[in-house]
Amino acid sequence: MNLQGPLWRFTGVRPVAWTFFAFLYIPILVLVALSFNAGQSATLWQGFSFKWYGVVANDPEILRAAKNSLIVAVCATLISTCLATLAALGMHGRRFRGQGALQGVLGLPLLVPDIVCAVAILMFFAFIGLKLSLLTILIAHVVFCTPFAYLPIRARLQGMDPRLLEAAADLYASPWRAFWRISFPLLLPGILSGAMLAFIISMDDFVITYFVAGAGSTTLPVYIFSSIRMGISPKINAISSIMLVLSILFVTLSYYLGQRKR
Amino acid sequence: MSTPRQLAERRQLLRRLGLIAPGMAMLAVFLVAPLAIMLLVSFLQPGEYGGVKWGEYSAEAYISFFYERDFDDNLVFNTDYLGIFQRSFWLAVATTVGCLLIGFPTALYLALQSEKKRNLLLFLVTVPFWTNLLVRVYAWMLLLRNGGLVDGALGVFGVPEGSVGLLYSSGAVMIGLLYSFLPFMVLPIYTSLEKLDWRLVEAAFDLGANRWQALKRVILPLALPGMLAGATLVFIPALGNYIIPELLGGGKALMIGNLVQLQFGSGHNWPLGAALAFSLFSLVLLALLFNGLRQRGQEVRA
Repeated sequence: MNLQGPLWRFTGVRPVAWTFFAFLYIPILVLVALSFNAGQSATLWQGFSFKWYGVVANDPEILRAAKNSLIVAVCATLISTCLATLAALGMHGRRFRGQGALQGVLGLPLLVPDIVCAVAILMFFAFIGLKLSLLTILIAHVVFCTPFAYLPIRARLQGMDPRLLEAAADLYASPWRAFWRISFPLLLPGILSGAMLAFIISMDDFVITYFVAGAGSTTLPVYIFSSIRMGISPKINAISSIMLVLSILFVTLSYYLGQRKR
Repeated sequence: MSTPRQLAERRQLLRRLGLIAPGMAMLAVFLVAPLAIMLLVSFLQPGEYGGVKWGEYSAEAYISFFYERDFDDNLVFNTDYLGIFQRSFWLAVATTVGCLLIGFPTALYLALQSEKKRNLLLFLVTVPFWTNLLVRVYAWMLLLRNGGLVDGALGVFGVPEGSVGLLYSSGAVMIGLLYSFLPFMVLPIYTSLEKLDWRLVEAAFDLGANRWQALKRVILPLALPGMLAGATLVFIPALGNYIIPELLGGGKALMIGNLVQLQFGSGHNWPLGAALAFSLFSLVLLALLFNGLRQRGQEVRA
């Protein structure tokens, strides 16, 4: 339906929308611009330079935090995507009694505010006497990444033609063989986007990590937070811009790939 | 006796449960059990240097929301925490209202664009969701601090630099909350507008309605489910947020999230932290329950 005519122009809608986009993007643009500042001040412009990116690249503390973040994100992505794929396959099919409750538990990490999740998991580790370390961060990340990985896989499964699997069974394919030859290739885009979501969510998490991180197991967001606490600086501008630009590139790439497939 | 078909169905069900089991076990052990332990801890006595005294029960944590003990161990009404609850609540309400006021026109604008432009704009709405919240809040510190960009811009209009004190105030927290959660409002409203049958609006125009009447009588009622979903998605994370009041409020505009964190940091009062966290969680459950009941009511009526 054509919604273009003058009758459809609601007064004031366009300026509000453009204000919205400006509000959303100006802070990001300002941050990235200030990361190229040559001077010592975080906000006072003193000329263009890549100086602070050099400082970041040679800071052993930042590099260690980045390495921790990557280790946790890669492991959490692999584990949570496997768990989510299995769960999605199990949830698919005729509804059984109690499925609603299981579904609720799978979605629970999305509902619980992250500060609540953080302190609950922290107290649990204290209760069972597990020492805080990179492992405790990984466990917490798997918990909140699983529903993010689950949703796209489940959506993909629901869009799959059930007759394909019936046909495979009619042709005497074992369930195992049918999975690898039929379900898996069809599910792959869902699994990949689930894994990508899990990776980004894990890389970005601050609140939960902050609570369950032991001494010496700093991740990048925790490092940034502690540095901000000590005062804003052009070094934080640079490392923050790197994180921003990397996530935006990542999302843009997946958007572009998704558009091309159509 | 079970028929072969029933047996086959049972085997199939067991196999499906086996697939669900690993993920479910992970969430049961590391999320459901921790939430249960949190409830337990909220009824315990705090340990001297953090931690708790397991096995010593009391409702002290919940009592201390409203009262404190004076030297003679009498309960005295205390408004410190109530003030923080109140601030959290009103900031979350104001954020939700602000998001509605900006989010609805934006969603309407999106819905009225050509498909190609719409997809691009929708993508732009979702991008901030995938970028680090901490980093985006930090960007606002750069903008709002004394000598920052907003301060400089005000200076152009003759306001002396540093006189307003934008950063570290409830106003700054409000801006941060609005900024972080606006996309959560735009997307659900857009989804309900996208499903809207625009011929209804056209019919309203044909029957002599002007734009304002069509908006009020046709579009707004049909966008209501999206607005309510958006309000829930904004209100809940705004109420329990930790990063934004911590960085932009700077201790002057504490919210529940900061109060929880303090109990596990310098406060050394885990039961109080657990009780606060549990109350926050109950509020979220209430909001969801309300939303669920309303939806069910609508289905019954339909």
